[in-house]
Amino acid sequence: MFYREAGQFKTSYKSDSAIFPILQDRVGLAIIIFVAAVVIPVFGNDLFLNSIMIPFLIFTLATIGLNILTGYCGQLSLGTGAFMGVGAYSCYKLATIFPEVSILIHILLSGFFAAAVGVVFGLPSLRIKGLYLAITTLAAQFFLEWAFVRVAWLYNYNDSGAIQNVPQKLFGIQITGAAAEPVTRYMLVLGIVIMFTWLTSNVIRGRIGRSWMMIRDMDIAAELMGIKPLNAKLSAFAMSSYLCGVSGAMLVFFWLGSVEAESFSINLSFQILFMVIIGGMGSLIGCFMGAAFIFVLPLLIRAVTRGVGLDISGAMIEHISTMSIGALIIFFLIVEPHGLARLWQIAKEKLRNWPFPYG
Amino acid sequence: MDLFNQFFVDPFVLMADIPDLLLQTVWEGFVSGVLYALIALGFVLIYKASGVFNFAQGIMVVFAALALVSLHEVGVPAWLAVILTLGIMALLAIGVERIVLRKLVNQHDAILLMATIGLTLFLEGLGETIFGGEPKSMITEELGLPTGVSDWEVFGGLVSFQHIDIAAVVIAVIMVAGLALFFNYSRIGRALRAVADDHQAALSVGISLNQIWAIVWFAAGVVALVTGIMWGARSDVSFALEVIALKALAVLILGGFTSIPGAIVGGLIIGIGEKVFEVYWGAIFGGGVEAWFAYVLALIFLLFRPQGLFGEKIIERV
Repeated sequence: MFYREAGQFKTSYKSDSAIFPILQDRVGLAIIIFVAAVVIPVFGNDLFLNSIMIPFLIFTLATIGLNILTGYCGQLSLGTGAFMGVGAYSCYKLATIFPEVSILIHILLSGFFAAAVGVVFGLPSLRIKGLYLAITTLAAQFFLEWAFVRVAWLYNYNDSGAIQNVPQKLFGIQITGAAAEPVTRYMLVLGIVIMFTWLTSNVIRGRIGRSWMMIRDMDIAAELMGIKPLNAKLSAFAMSSYLCGVSGAMLVFFWLGSVEAESFSINLSFQILFMVIIGGMGSLIGCFMGAAFIFVLPLLIRAVTRGVGLDISGAMIEHISTMSIGALIIFFLIVEPHGLARLWQIAKEKLRNWPFPYG
Repeated sequence: MDLFNQFFVDPFVLMADIPDLLLQTVWEGFVSGVLYALIALGFVLIYKASGVFNFAQGIMVVFAALALVSLHEVGVPAWLAVILTLGIMALLAIGVERIVLRKLVNQHDAILLMATIGLTLFLEGLGETIFGGEPKSMITEELGLPTGVSDWEVFGGLVSFQHIDIAAVVIAVIMVAGLALFFNYSRIGRALRAVADDHQAALSVGISLNQIWAIVWFAAGVVALVTGIMWGARSDVSFALEVIALKALAVLILGGFTSIPGAIVGGLIIGIGEKVFEVYWGAIFGGGVEAWFAYVLALIFLLFRPQGLFGEKIIERV
């Protein structure tokens, strides 16, 4: 209908290789960014920002991280939660050792620690493939989770065993700690997520991203064509873990404020994996859709049951929402194994051809 | 040098000094190894027949055990409750085949794995909704299982054997033997092996894949019920068991996804290994090493033998 590329001519190589070659996409993106950066902060209340938008963006970043590894490079991982934990704990250590350095720098740096750990646990991927690899990433998950509890140095030997965020100001505005406004934190999270999404979309389009996809599609063939599996797989692990680490650090410093090791359990890994699968493997926009779907769904179910006025306990709602997420995952896999991103693509295709059934 | 002693000398000195402790540790490890092996067995059955990596096996164990206990709670006699639970597992098997597997034939491995993770969530939510989230105790005595303890004097010390543990081992052996006989000599068993060998060839000689899948999921359900009873009798029946069931994944890696003997040997290695490691080396790491020992062992092992102990050799072609 209104979504057409007819009449939009590419007159230079630059415009040919643009991320969004179609005008409508650019307009749509501008509107989305405008809504996210202006409308939501102005009109959204604190509760909405704090309990929906901030976690949604943080989970999106982790989903992008896992999608690089699983969707683009084809290495199934169940250790995402632990890699997020590495980011969170290293950010906490950095922030307490160097309190005078800005927290934003710490968050960006903590990703590198997660990346290093990710590369170490990614080494087996050079020999192990598929489901076997998925299970070896469980080793990362359980070993790191154990380390978060047992290595007291990581949480500065405090009694609770939890890590807290460190209150800090940037240009006179409180950005972390209990006194920080949700709007401030939201804007920072939004900025970081947009920056990394843009960065990732360019990495994926480039040489490195293509080598990941070759490894995913057929690793032996890729190797015969001159892709080094060592470089490709480990760079995927590094970048994936980096993003997960940053997301984990933001989880502590911009959202929850205080977390224990259990927050980075296997359940978090699964949750992120669901977001990847439901959103669509190998799709960036799918990461946003998947994160929104999996994160918002339980809230929605809770709101609906409360709205209908059913008198059931909180625990029961929890159980019912677990059950319906399970059922929905199966439903989605049956109806559209390629995720929400594929549905989006089909919708765009239909719009292009409308009112004709074929183009 | 001190560290070297801690790792390579002191534990062995301790083992030689107090042999009854070693024996007790190995026995405990052996029993939990048998239970790991049983969970892994459920995985292998389904993986062989349908190529589905059934993540839901752990929750099936919990679900079966909870159903059994809850049925007994509402006044059903123990043995009837077992039969009814078997009926529930059969319904579950048919449902999974009809609703999930049939629709997902020929999909990618990861998609099928995800579907079983979805199934895990569904069963978890369903179980908690119906049976409630609190732990329950297994109806050990009503099922006629022994509960006492025997002490055995040896090496100047005492080694105690829980009767339920002995029963668990005996029942596991009987069940594995029964499954082996069933697979090798019955008509359905032969059909199952044919499907495991080659789906298309099996289809072409008139074996119904759908039927076989339902049967194999039911067999896994039976294994799950037995595992649930045994595990429940040792501690209690709760959803925490699910995390323990994840250890069966490490067992699978050691044994190979397609091998029943592999599942058993792998289970025993992990079970004994982690108990011995926890008791003799755990203190060096600050305790709690049981949480990751199985996975790290599996990871190191895989670096040398990617297909597991008994797995089929992986041959890849372009």
